[in-house]
Amino acid sequence: MNSSPSFTLVVKKACPTCTLIEPVIAQLADSVDLRVYVQDDPSFLSDMKNIIDDTELEFSYQNQIEIVPTLIRDQGDGSTQRIEGWDRAQWQSFTALEDLGQDIAAFKPGCGSLTLEPGMEEKLALRFGSDALHARRLELAESEDMIEACYERGWTDGLPVVPPTPLRVVRMLAATELDPDEIIGSVPPDYIACSVEKIAINAVLAGCKPEYLPTVIAVVRAALQDAFCMHGLLCTTYFSSPVVIVNGPVARAIGMNSGINALGQGNRANGTIGRALQLIIRNVGGGRPGGIDRATLGNPGKYTFCFSEDESDPDWSSLAMDRGYQREDSVVSLFAGDGVQPVMDQLSRTPESLARSMAASLRSVAHVKRFGMADAILVVCPEHRRVLKEGGWSKDRLKQAIFDELMTPGTELLPGVDGMSEGMPDKLKDKLLNKFRDDGLHIVTAGGTAGMFSAIISGWVASGDKGSQLVSQIVQ
Amino acid sequence: MQNQVLLDPTAELSPGSRQLQPRLEKIAGATIGLLDISKPRGKEFLDEVAGQLEAMGASVKRYSKPTFARVAPLDLNQKISSECDAVIEGLAD
Repeated sequence: MNSSPSFTLVVKKACPTCTLIEPVIAQLADSVDLRVYVQDDPSFLSDMKNIIDDTELEFSYQNQIEIVPTLIRDQGDGSTQRIEGWDRAQWQSFTALEDLGQDIAAFKPGCGSLTLEPGMEEKLALRFGSDALHARRLELAESEDMIEACYERGWTDGLPVVPPTPLRVVRMLAATELDPDEIIGSVPPDYIACSVEKIAINAVLAGCKPEYLPTVIAVVRAALQDAFCMHGLLCTTYFSSPVVIVNGPVARAIGMNSGINALGQGNRANGTIGRALQLIIRNVGGGRPGGIDRATLGNPGKYTFCFSEDESDPDWSSLAMDRGYQREDSVVSLFAGDGVQPVMDQLSRTPESLARSMAASLRSVAHVKRFGMADAILVVCPEHRRVLKEGGWSKDRLKQAIFDELMTPGTELLPGVDGMSEGMPDKLKDKLLNKFRDDGLHIVTAGGTAGMFSAIISGWVASGDKGSQLVSQIVQ
Repeated sequence: MQNQVLLDPTAELSPGSRQLQPRLEKIAGATIGLLDISKPRGKEFLDEVAGQLEAMGASVKRYSKPTFARVAPLDLNQKISSECDAVIEGLAD
Protein backbone atom coordinates (compact mmCIF):
# COMPACT_ATOMS: atom_id res chain seq x y z
CA MET A 1 0.00 0.00 0.00
CA ASN A 2 1.32 3.41 -0.85
CA SER A 3 0.93 5.28 2.46
CA SER A 4 0.72 9.04 2.65
CA PRO A 5 3.76 10.83 4.08
CA SER A 6 4.07 11.78 7.74
CA PHE A 7 5.64 15.01 8.92
CA THR A 8 7.83 16.07 11.80
CA LEU A 9 8.35 19.69 12.69
CA VAL A 10 11.01 21.13 15.01
CA VAL A 11 10.36 24.57 16.50
CA LYS A 12 11.29 26.83 19.37
CA LYS A 13 9.08 29.44 20.96
CA ALA A 14 11.83 32.05 21.03
CA CYS A 15 11.99 31.99 17.23
CA PRO A 16 9.73 34.67 15.66
CA THR A 17 9.36 32.57 12.54
CA CYS A 18 8.07 29.65 14.59
CA THR A 19 5.50 31.87 16.31
CA LEU A 20 4.55 33.43 12.98
CA ILE A 21 3.68 30.02 11.54
CA GLU A 22 1.55 28.95 14.52
CA PRO A 23 -1.63 28.98 12.37
CA VAL A 24 0.21 26.99 9.72
CA ILE A 25 1.12 24.36 12.27
CA ALA A 26 -2.51 24.12 13.36
CA GLN A 27 -3.58 23.80 9.73
CA LEU A 28 -0.98 21.10 9.12
CA ALA A 29 -2.03 19.16 12.21
CA ASP A 30 -5.58 19.04 10.92
CA SER A 31 -4.53 17.85 7.47
CA VAL A 32 -1.58 15.49 7.81
CA ASP A 33 0.11 13.13 10.25
CA LEU A 34 2.23 15.61 12.20
CA ARG A 35 4.47 15.52 15.25
CA VAL A 36 5.98 18.72 16.59
CA TYR A 37 9.14 18.86 18.71
CA VAL A 38 9.57 22.02 20.80
CA GLN A 39 13.14 22.86 21.79
CA ASP A 40 12.66 25.52 24.43
CA ASP A 41 9.24 25.93 26.01
CA PRO A 42 6.95 22.91 26.31
CA SER A 43 3.97 25.20 26.84
CA PHE A 44 4.33 26.42 23.24
CA LEU A 45 1.53 24.94 21.13
CA SER A 46 0.47 22.89 24.12
CA ASP A 47 -3.20 23.01 23.12
CA MET A 48 -2.36 20.96 20.06
CA LYS A 49 -1.92 17.20 19.89
CA ASN A 50 1.35 15.40 19.19
CA ILE A 51 3.47 18.15 20.76
CA ILE A 52 6.68 16.65 22.09
CA ASP A 53 8.98 18.23 24.66
CA ASP A 54 12.50 18.31 23.20
CA THR A 55 14.03 20.60 25.81
CA GLU A 56 16.69 17.92 26.34
CA LEU A 57 17.38 18.38 22.61
CA GLU A 58 17.81 14.68 22.02
CA PHE A 59 15.62 14.54 18.91
CA SER A 60 17.13 17.76 17.55
CA TYR A 61 20.65 16.46 18.12
CA GLN A 62 20.04 13.01 16.70
CA ASN A 63 18.43 14.52 13.60
CA GLN A 64 21.06 17.22 13.15
CA ILE A 65 18.61 20.11 13.23
CA GLU A 66 20.38 23.37 12.38
CA ILE A 67 17.47 25.76 11.74
CA VAL A 68 14.04 26.14 13.30
CA PRO A 69 11.52 25.61 11.97
CA THR A 70 12.62 22.45 10.18
CA LEU A 71 9.91 20.38 8.55
CA ILE A 72 10.82 16.77 7.81
CA ARG A 73 8.76 14.64 5.45
CA ASP A 74 8.88 10.87 5.89
CA GLN A 75 7.69 9.06 2.79
CA GLY A 76 7.18 5.84 4.68
CA ASP A 77 9.68 4.07 2.45
CA GLY A 78 12.72 5.00 4.50
CA SER A 79 13.47 8.22 2.68
CA THR A 80 13.05 11.65 4.24
CA GLN A 81 13.36 15.18 2.97
CA ARG A 82 13.48 18.41 4.92
CA ILE A 83 12.93 22.12 4.47
CA GLU A 84 13.99 24.94 6.78
CA GLY A 85 12.57 28.35 7.64
CA TRP A 86 9.22 29.55 6.26
CA ASP A 87 8.64 29.88 2.55
CA ARG A 88 4.93 29.60 1.78
CA ALA A 89 5.25 28.31 -1.76
CA GLN A 90 7.87 25.81 -0.75
CA TRP A 91 5.80 24.53 2.20
CA GLN A 92 2.68 24.28 0.03
CA SER A 93 4.51 22.18 -2.49
CA PHE A 94 6.30 20.11 0.19
CA THR A 95 3.04 19.25 1.99
CA ALA A 96 0.79 19.20 -1.11
CA LEU A 97 -1.51 21.62 0.74
CA GLU A 98 -2.26 24.40 -1.70
CA ASP A 99 -3.89 26.80 0.74
CA LEU A 100 -1.28 26.48 3.49
CA GLY A 101 -0.42 29.73 5.27
CA GLN A 102 -2.40 32.05 3.04
CA ASP A 103 -2.95 34.59 5.82
CA ILE A 104 0.64 35.19 6.90
CA ALA A 105 3.72 36.68 5.29
CA ALA A 106 4.97 34.63 2.38
CA PHE A 107 8.55 34.31 3.57
CA LYS A 108 10.58 34.54 6.77
CA PRO A 109 13.92 32.82 7.37
CA GLY A 110 14.25 30.64 10.45
CA CYS A 111 16.48 30.92 13.52
CA GLY A 112 19.41 28.82 14.69
CA SER A 113 18.61 25.56 16.46
CA LEU A 114 19.39 25.46 20.19
CA THR A 115 21.65 22.51 19.45
CA LEU A 116 24.08 24.96 17.84
CA GLU A 117 24.40 27.32 20.82
CA PRO A 118 28.05 27.81 21.79
CA GLY A 119 29.35 24.89 23.81
CA MET A 120 26.13 22.90 23.36
CA GLU A 121 27.35 20.50 20.73
CA GLU A 122 29.92 18.83 22.98
CA LYS A 123 27.42 18.57 25.83
CA LEU A 124 24.92 16.86 23.55
CA ALA A 125 27.55 14.61 22.04
CA LEU A 126 28.43 13.50 25.55
CA ARG A 127 24.79 12.93 26.47
CA PHE A 128 23.36 11.41 23.32
CA GLY A 129 26.22 10.66 20.94
CA SER A 130 27.85 7.30 20.69
CA ASP A 131 30.37 7.64 23.49
CA ALA A 132 33.81 7.81 21.97
CA LEU A 133 35.56 8.10 25.34
CA HIS A 134 37.11 4.97 26.73
CA ALA A 135 39.17 6.18 29.67
CA ARG A 136 38.18 4.88 33.06
CA ARG A 137 35.59 7.09 34.74
CA LEU A 138 36.25 7.87 38.36
CA GLU A 139 33.23 8.97 40.35
CA LEU A 140 33.91 11.30 43.21
CA ALA A 141 31.83 11.76 46.31
CA GLU A 142 29.86 14.99 46.28
CA SER A 143 31.94 16.29 49.18
CA GLU A 144 35.25 15.74 47.38
CA ASP A 145 37.09 18.71 45.95
CA MET A 146 38.01 17.81 42.39
CA ILE A 147 41.43 19.48 42.42
CA GLU A 148 42.34 17.78 45.69
CA ALA A 149 41.11 14.49 44.23
CA CYS A 150 43.58 14.92 41.36
CA TYR A 151 46.40 15.50 43.85
CA GLU A 152 45.43 12.48 45.91
CA ARG A 153 45.53 10.27 42.86
CA GLY A 154 49.03 11.43 42.04
CA TRP A 155 48.14 13.06 38.73
CA THR A 156 49.88 16.37 39.28
CA ASP A 157 53.39 17.73 39.06
CA GLY A 158 52.91 19.52 42.36
CA LEU A 159 50.90 22.39 40.94
CA PRO A 160 47.11 22.26 40.67
CA VAL A 161 45.64 20.71 37.55
CA VAL A 162 42.36 21.31 35.76
CA PRO A 163 40.07 18.38 36.65
CA PRO A 164 39.54 16.30 33.49
CA THR A 165 35.75 16.12 33.35
CA PRO A 166 34.24 14.31 30.37
CA LEU A 167 32.90 17.60 29.00
CA ARG A 168 36.32 19.26 29.09
CA VAL A 169 37.88 16.25 27.41
CA VAL A 170 35.22 16.16 24.69
CA ARG A 171 35.82 19.86 24.04
CA MET A 172 39.56 19.22 23.89
CA LEU A 173 39.10 16.35 21.45
CA ALA A 174 36.95 18.52 19.19
CA ALA A 175 40.17 20.36 18.27
CA THR A 176 41.58 17.41 16.37
CA GLU A 177 40.26 15.33 13.52
CA LEU A 178 42.12 12.32 14.84
CA ASP A 179 40.09 9.48 16.29
CA PRO A 180 40.27 9.48 20.10
CA ASP A 181 41.30 5.83 19.91
CA GLU A 182 44.22 6.44 17.58
CA ILE A 183 47.49 5.39 19.18
CA ILE A 184 50.22 8.00 18.88
CA GLY A 185 52.97 5.82 20.28
CA SER A 186 54.27 4.04 23.36
CA VAL A 187 55.16 6.33 26.23
CA PRO A 188 58.15 5.43 28.39
CA PRO A 189 59.12 4.34 30.92
CA ASP A 190 56.29 1.79 31.08
CA TYR A 191 55.84 1.89 27.27
CA ILE A 192 52.11 2.34 27.45
CA ALA A 193 50.20 2.76 24.18
CA CYS A 194 49.04 6.34 24.29
CA SER A 195 45.77 7.26 22.60
CA VAL A 196 44.71 10.68 21.41
CA GLU A 197 42.14 10.54 24.22
CA LYS A 198 44.82 10.14 26.90
CA ILE A 199 46.75 13.03 25.40
CA ALA A 200 43.58 15.12 25.49
CA ILE A 201 42.90 14.23 29.13
CA ASN A 202 46.42 15.25 30.12
CA ALA A 203 46.17 18.40 28.02
CA VAL A 204 43.09 19.29 30.07
CA LEU A 205 45.02 18.57 33.27
CA ALA A 206 47.85 20.81 32.10
CA GLY A 207 45.48 23.70 31.43
CA CYS A 208 45.65 23.68 27.63
CA LYS A 209 43.02 25.31 25.49
CA PRO A 210 41.59 22.92 22.88
CA GLU A 211 43.32 24.87 20.12
CA TYR A 212 46.69 23.78 21.57
CA LEU A 213 45.90 20.07 21.15
CA PRO A 214 47.38 19.59 17.66
CA THR A 215 50.62 21.12 18.93
CA VAL A 216 50.58 18.90 22.02
CA ILE A 217 50.06 15.83 19.83
CA ALA A 218 53.02 16.86 17.67
CA VAL A 219 55.12 17.35 20.80
CA VAL A 220 54.24 13.83 21.97
CA ARG A 221 55.08 12.39 18.55
CA ALA A 222 58.42 14.19 18.66
CA ALA A 223 59.17 12.99 22.18
CA LEU A 224 58.54 9.41 21.09
CA GLN A 225 60.95 9.55 18.15
CA ASP A 226 63.73 7.08 18.78
CA ALA A 227 66.39 9.75 18.24
CA PHE A 228 65.05 11.76 21.17
CA CYS A 229 65.63 8.91 23.65
CA MET A 230 62.84 9.94 26.01
CA HIS A 231 63.30 6.90 28.23
CA GLY A 232 66.96 7.57 28.86
CA LEU A 233 66.31 11.25 29.32
CA LEU A 234 63.77 10.47 32.00
CA CYS A 235 66.00 7.99 33.82
CA THR A 236 69.13 10.07 33.91
CA THR A 237 70.61 11.46 37.09
CA TYR A 238 71.51 14.53 34.98
CA PHE A 239 69.38 17.70 34.95
CA SER A 240 67.91 17.48 31.49
CA SER A 241 64.36 17.18 30.33
CA PRO A 242 62.41 18.07 27.17
CA VAL A 243 62.65 21.67 25.97
CA VAL A 244 59.98 22.46 23.36
CA ILE A 245 60.49 25.09 20.66
CA VAL A 246 57.59 25.95 18.37
CA ASN A 247 58.07 27.48 14.92
CA GLY A 248 55.73 28.65 12.22
CA PRO A 249 52.17 29.91 11.89
CA VAL A 250 50.75 27.78 14.69
CA ALA A 251 52.86 29.60 17.27
CA ARG A 252 51.26 32.90 16.32
CA ALA A 253 47.81 31.39 15.87
CA ILE A 254 47.69 30.10 19.44
CA GLY A 255 49.32 33.18 20.89
CA MET A 256 52.67 31.79 22.02
CA ASN A 257 55.27 34.12 23.44
CA SER A 258 58.59 34.55 21.66
CA GLY A 259 59.21 38.05 23.01
CA ILE A 260 59.61 39.58 26.45
CA ASN A 261 60.21 36.85 29.03
CA ALA A 262 59.91 34.15 26.34
CA LEU A 263 61.62 31.58 28.54
CA GLY A 264 59.67 32.62 31.60
CA GLN A 265 56.17 32.50 32.99
CA GLY A 266 52.95 34.16 32.01
CA ASN A 267 51.86 32.76 28.64
CA ARG A 268 49.24 30.04 28.73
CA ALA A 269 50.29 28.26 25.54
CA ASN A 270 53.99 28.27 26.43
CA GLY A 271 53.24 27.11 29.96
CA THR A 272 50.67 24.43 29.33
CA ILE A 273 52.00 22.78 26.16
CA GLY A 274 55.30 21.99 27.84
CA ARG A 275 53.48 20.90 30.95
CA ALA A 276 51.16 18.59 29.02
CA LEU A 277 54.14 16.56 27.79
CA GLN A 278 55.52 16.26 31.32
CA LEU A 279 52.13 15.11 32.64
CA ILE A 280 51.81 12.53 29.84
CA ILE A 281 55.23 11.11 30.76
CA ARG A 282 54.14 11.06 34.39
CA ASN A 283 50.60 9.76 34.07
CA VAL A 284 50.60 7.62 30.93
CA GLY A 285 54.23 6.53 30.93
CA GLY A 286 54.51 6.22 34.71
CA GLY A 287 57.68 8.31 34.94
CA ARG A 288 57.90 9.89 38.36
CA PRO A 289 60.66 11.53 40.38
CA GLY A 290 62.24 9.00 42.70
CA GLY A 291 60.81 6.20 40.56
CA ILE A 292 62.29 5.95 37.09
CA ASP A 293 63.17 9.66 37.12
CA ARG A 294 66.47 9.58 39.02
CA ALA A 295 67.60 13.20 38.55
CA THR A 296 70.07 14.32 41.18
CA LEU A 297 68.76 17.87 41.11
CA GLY A 298 66.45 18.17 38.11
CA ASN A 299 65.65 21.64 36.88
CA PRO A 300 62.64 23.96 37.05
CA GLY A 301 61.97 23.32 33.35
CA LYS A 302 60.69 19.89 34.32
CA TYR A 303 57.40 21.57 35.16
CA THR A 304 57.34 23.05 31.67
CA PHE A 305 59.88 24.46 29.23
CA CYS A 306 58.30 25.58 25.99
CA PHE A 307 58.61 28.73 23.91
CA SER A 308 58.33 29.90 20.34
CA GLU A 309 61.00 31.48 18.16
CA ASP A 310 60.95 35.15 17.15
CA GLU A 311 60.56 34.84 13.39
CA SER A 312 59.99 38.53 12.75
CA ASP A 313 63.23 38.97 10.81
CA PRO A 314 62.83 37.50 7.33
CA ASP A 315 66.60 37.50 6.80
CA TRP A 316 67.23 35.07 9.64
CA SER A 317 66.35 31.44 9.24
CA SER A 318 64.31 29.80 11.97
CA LEU A 319 65.31 26.68 13.83
CA ALA A 320 62.74 24.75 11.78
CA MET A 321 64.21 26.09 8.53
CA ASP A 322 67.67 25.07 9.72
CA ARG A 323 66.16 21.61 10.10
CA GLY A 324 64.88 21.56 6.50
CA TYR A 325 61.33 22.84 6.94
CA GLN A 326 59.75 25.84 5.25
CA ARG A 327 58.89 29.15 6.89
CA GLU A 328 55.18 28.39 6.48
CA ASP A 329 55.42 24.98 8.17
CA SER A 330 54.29 24.68 11.77
CA VAL A 331 56.93 22.63 13.53
CA VAL A 332 57.76 21.61 17.07
CA SER A 333 61.32 20.74 18.01
CA LEU A 334 62.37 18.97 21.19
CA PHE A 335 65.74 19.32 22.80
CA ALA A 336 67.02 17.47 25.85
CA GLY A 337 68.12 20.46 27.85
CA ASP A 338 68.26 21.98 31.27
CA GLY A 339 68.72 25.37 32.85
CA VAL A 340 69.20 28.77 31.33
CA GLN A 341 72.67 30.28 31.53
CA PRO A 342 73.07 33.94 30.58
CA VAL A 343 75.44 35.38 28.01
CA MET A 344 75.66 39.00 29.09
CA ASP A 345 77.47 41.15 26.58
CA GLN A 346 76.47 44.80 26.53
CA LEU A 347 79.64 46.16 24.96
CA SER A 348 80.26 44.14 21.80
CA ARG A 349 79.42 46.10 18.67
CA THR A 350 81.00 43.72 16.19
CA PRO A 351 79.97 40.14 15.40
CA GLU A 352 83.55 38.98 16.01
CA SER A 353 83.58 40.26 19.58
CA LEU A 354 80.09 39.01 20.31
CA ALA A 355 80.83 35.55 18.89
CA ARG A 356 83.87 35.32 21.16
CA SER A 357 81.72 36.20 24.18
CA MET A 358 79.18 33.60 23.23
CA ALA A 359 81.84 30.97 22.63
CA ALA A 360 83.53 31.68 25.95
CA SER A 361 80.22 31.25 27.75
CA LEU A 362 79.40 28.09 25.79
CA ARG A 363 82.70 26.57 26.86
CA SER A 364 81.24 25.98 30.32
CA VAL A 365 78.34 23.82 29.10
CA ALA A 366 78.39 20.72 31.34
CA HIS A 367 82.05 21.39 32.28
CA VAL A 368 84.72 23.62 30.78
CA LYS A 369 86.92 20.61 30.12
CA ARG A 370 84.22 18.28 28.77
CA PHE A 371 83.95 18.44 24.96
CA GLY A 372 81.55 16.73 22.57
CA MET A 373 79.31 15.47 25.36
CA ALA A 374 76.48 17.97 25.67
CA ASP A 375 74.72 19.77 22.85
CA ALA A 376 73.41 23.28 23.43
CA ILE A 377 70.88 25.78 22.21
CA LEU A 378 72.04 29.36 21.93
CA VAL A 379 69.07 31.72 22.27
CA VAL A 380 70.14 34.92 20.56
CA CYS A 381 68.29 37.96 21.84
CA PRO A 382 67.06 40.60 19.36
CA GLU A 383 69.74 43.15 20.31
CA HIS A 384 72.51 40.63 19.78
CA ARG A 385 70.89 39.61 16.49
CA ARG A 386 71.01 43.27 15.47
CA VAL A 387 74.77 43.44 16.17
CA LEU A 388 75.31 40.29 14.12
CA LYS A 389 73.14 41.50 11.25
CA GLU A 390 74.70 44.94 11.15
CA GLY A 391 78.03 43.20 10.78
CA GLY A 392 76.62 41.18 7.89
CA TRP A 393 76.62 37.86 9.72
CA SER A 394 74.17 35.01 9.23
CA LYS A 395 73.33 32.30 11.73
CA ASP A 396 75.65 29.90 9.90
CA ARG A 397 78.54 32.31 10.11
CA LEU A 398 77.94 32.80 13.83
CA LYS A 399 77.89 29.06 14.38
CA GLN A 400 81.11 28.59 12.43
CA ALA A 401 82.83 31.40 14.35
CA ILE A 402 81.81 29.85 17.66
CA PHE A 403 83.08 26.45 16.53
CA ASP A 404 86.39 27.97 15.42
CA GLU A 405 86.72 29.80 18.70
CA LEU A 406 86.08 26.67 20.75
CA MET A 407 88.50 24.34 18.95
CA THR A 408 90.87 23.28 21.70
CA PRO A 409 93.94 21.02 21.82
CA GLY A 410 93.30 17.83 23.76
CA THR A 411 96.28 18.51 25.95
CA GLU A 412 94.43 21.44 27.54
CA LEU A 413 91.48 19.26 28.45
CA LEU A 414 93.16 16.28 30.10
CA PRO A 415 92.30 15.24 33.64
CA GLY A 416 94.43 17.20 36.08
CA VAL A 417 94.98 20.20 33.80
CA ASP A 418 94.19 23.45 35.62
CA GLY A 419 94.05 21.52 38.86
CA MET A 420 90.81 19.77 37.96
CA SER A 421 90.53 16.01 37.84
CA GLU A 422 87.60 16.21 35.40
CA GLY A 423 88.58 16.17 31.74
CA MET A 424 88.77 14.32 28.44
CA PRO A 425 90.35 10.86 28.08
CA ASP A 426 94.11 10.71 27.59
CA LYS A 427 93.75 9.09 24.16
CA LEU A 428 92.47 12.42 22.80
CA LYS A 429 95.49 14.41 23.88
CA ASP A 430 96.89 14.79 20.35
CA LYS A 431 93.57 15.84 18.80
CA LEU A 432 92.08 19.24 18.23
CA LEU A 433 88.64 18.98 19.82
CA ASN A 434 85.41 20.86 19.20
CA LYS A 435 83.24 21.70 22.14
CA PHE A 436 80.17 20.55 20.23
CA ARG A 437 79.26 17.82 17.79
CA ASP A 438 78.80 19.07 14.21
CA ASP A 439 75.03 19.05 14.74
CA GLY A 440 75.28 19.88 18.42
CA LEU A 441 74.77 23.63 18.52
CA HIS A 442 71.35 25.05 17.66
CA ILE A 443 70.69 28.75 17.32
CA VAL A 444 67.25 30.28 17.88
CA THR A 445 66.09 33.85 18.39
CA ALA A 446 63.77 34.92 21.16
CA GLY A 447 63.34 37.58 23.79
CA GLY A 448 62.38 41.19 24.34
CA THR A 449 63.83 43.95 22.21
CA ALA A 450 65.66 45.57 25.14
CA GLY A 451 68.65 43.88 26.74
CA MET A 452 71.88 42.48 25.34
CA PHE A 453 71.29 39.20 27.11
CA SER A 454 71.33 35.99 25.14
CA ALA A 455 70.96 32.59 26.75
CA ILE A 456 72.45 29.13 26.65
CA ILE A 457 70.21 26.14 27.19
CA SER A 458 72.74 23.44 27.83
CA GLY A 459 71.97 19.89 26.81
CA TRP A 460 72.15 16.43 28.23
CA VAL A 461 75.65 14.98 28.59
CA ALA A 462 74.41 12.03 26.58
CA SER A 463 73.79 14.08 23.44
CA GLY A 464 74.05 12.58 19.98
CA ASP A 465 73.80 9.03 18.70
CA LYS A 466 74.46 7.54 22.10
CA GLY A 467 71.66 9.51 23.69
CA SER A 468 69.38 12.30 22.57
CA GLN A 469 69.35 14.45 19.47
CA LEU A 470 67.15 17.42 18.69
CA VAL A 471 64.04 16.14 16.91
CA SER A 472 61.33 17.96 14.96
CA GLN A 473 57.77 17.18 14.04
CA ILE A 474 55.20 18.91 11.84
CA VAL A 475 52.05 20.13 13.60
CA GLN A 476 49.08 18.77 11.65
CA MET B 1 25.29 16.25 35.49
CA GLN B 2 28.93 15.36 34.88
CA ASN B 3 30.41 17.50 37.65
CA GLN B 4 31.80 14.77 39.81
CA VAL B 5 33.14 12.38 37.21
CA LEU B 6 36.77 12.55 36.11
CA LEU B 7 38.43 10.69 33.28
CA ASP B 8 41.53 8.81 34.31
CA PRO B 9 44.65 10.39 32.74
CA THR B 10 46.86 7.42 33.63
CA ALA B 11 47.66 4.08 32.06
CA GLU B 12 45.06 2.60 34.43
CA LEU B 13 47.54 0.11 35.81
CA SER B 14 46.49 0.73 39.40
CA PRO B 15 43.01 0.60 40.95
CA GLY B 16 40.85 3.66 40.50
CA SER B 17 40.10 4.03 44.18
CA ARG B 18 42.60 5.70 46.47
CA GLN B 19 45.13 3.37 47.96
CA LEU B 20 46.05 2.83 51.60
CA GLN B 21 49.45 4.05 52.71
CA PRO B 22 52.05 1.29 52.65
CA ARG B 23 51.87 -0.86 55.80
CA LEU B 24 54.85 -1.28 58.13
CA GLU B 25 56.90 -4.31 57.23
CA LYS B 26 58.02 -4.93 60.81
CA ILE B 27 57.35 -3.51 64.24
CA ALA B 28 60.87 -3.88 65.61
CA GLY B 29 62.82 -0.68 65.14
CA ALA B 30 59.80 1.36 64.09
CA THR B 31 58.63 4.48 65.86
CA ILE B 32 54.94 4.19 66.58
CA GLY B 33 52.77 7.04 67.75
CA LEU B 34 49.85 6.43 70.07
CA LEU B 35 47.21 9.10 69.80
CA ASP B 36 44.86 9.48 72.74
CA ILE B 37 41.77 11.33 71.57
CA SER B 38 41.06 12.34 75.18
CA LYS B 39 38.16 10.08 75.93
CA PRO B 40 37.94 8.41 79.35
CA ARG B 41 40.09 5.31 79.88
CA GLY B 42 41.96 5.90 76.64
CA LYS B 43 45.18 6.27 78.62
CA GLU B 44 44.85 2.83 80.28
CA PHE B 45 44.15 1.17 76.97
CA LEU B 46 47.07 2.87 75.23
CA ASP B 47 49.41 2.12 78.17
CA GLU B 48 48.78 -1.55 77.51
CA VAL B 49 49.30 -1.13 73.74
CA ALA B 50 52.54 0.76 74.43
CA GLY B 51 53.83 -2.03 76.65
CA GLN B 52 53.14 -4.65 74.02
CA LEU B 53 54.70 -2.61 71.22
CA GLU B 54 57.83 -1.94 73.26
CA ALA B 55 58.09 -5.64 74.00
CA MET B 56 58.12 -6.17 70.22
CA GLY B 57 61.03 -3.78 69.81
CA ALA B 58 59.23 -0.61 68.76
CA SER B 59 59.78 2.78 70.25
CA VAL B 60 56.58 4.49 71.24
CA LYS B 61 55.68 8.16 71.34
CA ARG B 62 52.52 9.37 73.04
CA TYR B 63 50.24 12.16 71.82
CA SER B 64 46.83 13.40 72.76
CA LYS B 65 44.21 15.54 71.14
CA PRO B 66 43.03 18.56 73.17
CA THR B 67 39.43 17.39 72.81
CA PHE B 68 37.81 14.36 71.24
CA ALA B 69 35.05 16.62 69.86
CA ARG B 70 37.23 18.24 67.23
CA VAL B 71 39.61 16.96 64.58
CA ALA B 72 43.26 16.94 65.58
CA PRO B 73 44.97 20.30 65.17
CA LEU B 74 47.25 20.61 62.14
CA ASP B 75 50.43 21.04 64.19
CA LEU B 76 49.67 17.79 66.03
CA ASN B 77 49.15 15.94 62.73
CA GLN B 78 52.40 17.35 61.38
CA LYS B 79 54.28 16.47 64.58
CA ILE B 80 53.06 12.87 64.47
CA SER B 81 53.75 12.41 60.75
CA SER B 82 57.27 13.82 61.08
CA GLU B 83 58.17 11.81 64.19
CA CYS B 84 56.54 8.44 63.58
CA ASP B 85 56.51 5.60 61.08
CA ALA B 86 52.93 4.69 62.01
CA VAL B 87 50.22 5.85 64.36
CA ILE B 88 47.59 4.02 66.38
CA GLU B 89 44.60 6.03 67.46
CA GLY B 90 42.46 5.11 70.45
CA LEU B 91 39.08 5.98 69.00
CA ALA B 92 36.35 5.21 71.49
CA ASP B 93 35.70 4.91 75.22
